[in-house]
Amino acid sequence: MFTSNPFAELSAFISPSVMRTYIVVMVVLVVLGTIYDVLHKKSAKYFRENMRKAKANATEKVGGSEMVSMAVKTAIVDVAASGEFCNPRRRIAHLLTMYGFVAFAAATAIMIFQYATPGAATPAILPQLWHIGALMVCVGGYWFWFFIRVDVAAEGSSPFRIMRADLFILSLLASATFALLWSYLQTTGNSWAMAAFGLHIVATTVLFGSVPWSKFAHMFFKPAAAFEKRLSAANGSRSKLPAPADKPETFGSPVEQPRHY
Amino acid sequence: MPTFVYMTRCDGCGHCVDICPSDIMHIDKTYRRAYNIEPNFCWECYSCVKACPQHAIDVRGYADFAPLGHSVRVLREEKKGTISWKVIFRDGREKSFESPIRTTPWGSIKPPQDYAAPSEDKFKNQELAHEPDALNIDDLPALTPDKLKQGVV
Repeated sequence: MFTSNPFAELSAFISPSVMRTYIVVMVVLVVLGTIYDVLHKKSAKYFRENMRKAKANATEKVGGSEMVSMAVKTAIVDVAASGEFCNPRRRIAHLLTMYGFVAFAAATAIMIFQYATPGAATPAILPQLWHIGALMVCVGGYWFWFFIRVDVAAEGSSPFRIMRADLFILSLLASATFALLWSYLQTTGNSWAMAAFGLHIVATTVLFGSVPWSKFAHMFFKPAAAFEKRLSAANGSRSKLPAPADKPETFGSPVEQPRHY
Repeated sequence: MPTFVYMTRCDGCGHCVDICPSDIMHIDKTYRRAYNIEPNFCWECYSCVKACPQHAIDVRGYADFAPLGHSVRVLREEKKGTISWKVIFRDGREKSFESPIRTTPWGSIKPPQDYAAPSEDKFKNQELAHEPDALNIDDLPALTPDKLKQGVV
């Protein structure tokens, strides 16, 4: 199962050009959804306004090279390592889900564009990446959903209470779960394989088509917020926060996560 | 002066939900970020503002008596045991304060559940649990009739 390309076998039923068209449509949906989201929520305007305020309240000048250094730090620490999370369990779950999704999506695109023909000699690494990526999404996602999600951990709500904020994580989890189920059923020759594939397509379409209504766009605005935070610390405006106290860090930290239910 | 949340800074960790004594900080159903569900019931205790690790919560004054332009922000640093305030007045003046929030490491104070349960006899005593030992004194000061001003009793 882990070494077989599920799209090669699928190409006997669905033409590779249809699969490729579907990928392109999904990319277009994400791009259009994000543009709509940025315009509708005025997030670009908000960030521009905040940058202007930070500049007006600046006490120190930030040079070009420092800006580049901050952008690199934001990319490495805040984006690639999910450094903004204060809860280490959430951070690990987010890293698993994020890198799982990237591996899953990238392997899907490569296999469909390069190896989606019956009997195609797919390099073993691609189906392995696809399966491991989907598994990582499931591990990180279900861990978050049942144990870490603040609605459950801090609000005391049932793990099965569903609301609009769950659209992104649930469609992502459904997409990865049905993909794994489809691959397993296809390998065992089960006739329900196409049903699992159908559900995978429905979940994936909801995931990429619901960008304006889900939190999918957070992957675009969160890095902007992280960069802005670094900039406000560097130029002294600090979002009007006081400067850090001039004291040694001698008291440790309670490291207590909110989980009182 | 109710609290509000900078949505781009909040990561929905739930510290404010956990600490709010009015139970009015909740998680938004659309974006899974914190928000104040009932600003009228907020008594500006600043608990959520201090607890937020992302400094995503702020307090704004009602426009009729605290017109826009002022700012009161707080920075709590657990490891340093300090809490710092920065107050910006409408005329641009700034005042900064820094106070200790504790003088011992976190977890070094014995919590109530680690003390032995009081005996039956202790319930007949007017002293509270673990008094006077927990106060690090031999005896609580008490007035006896002979110490009272004559004629009062």
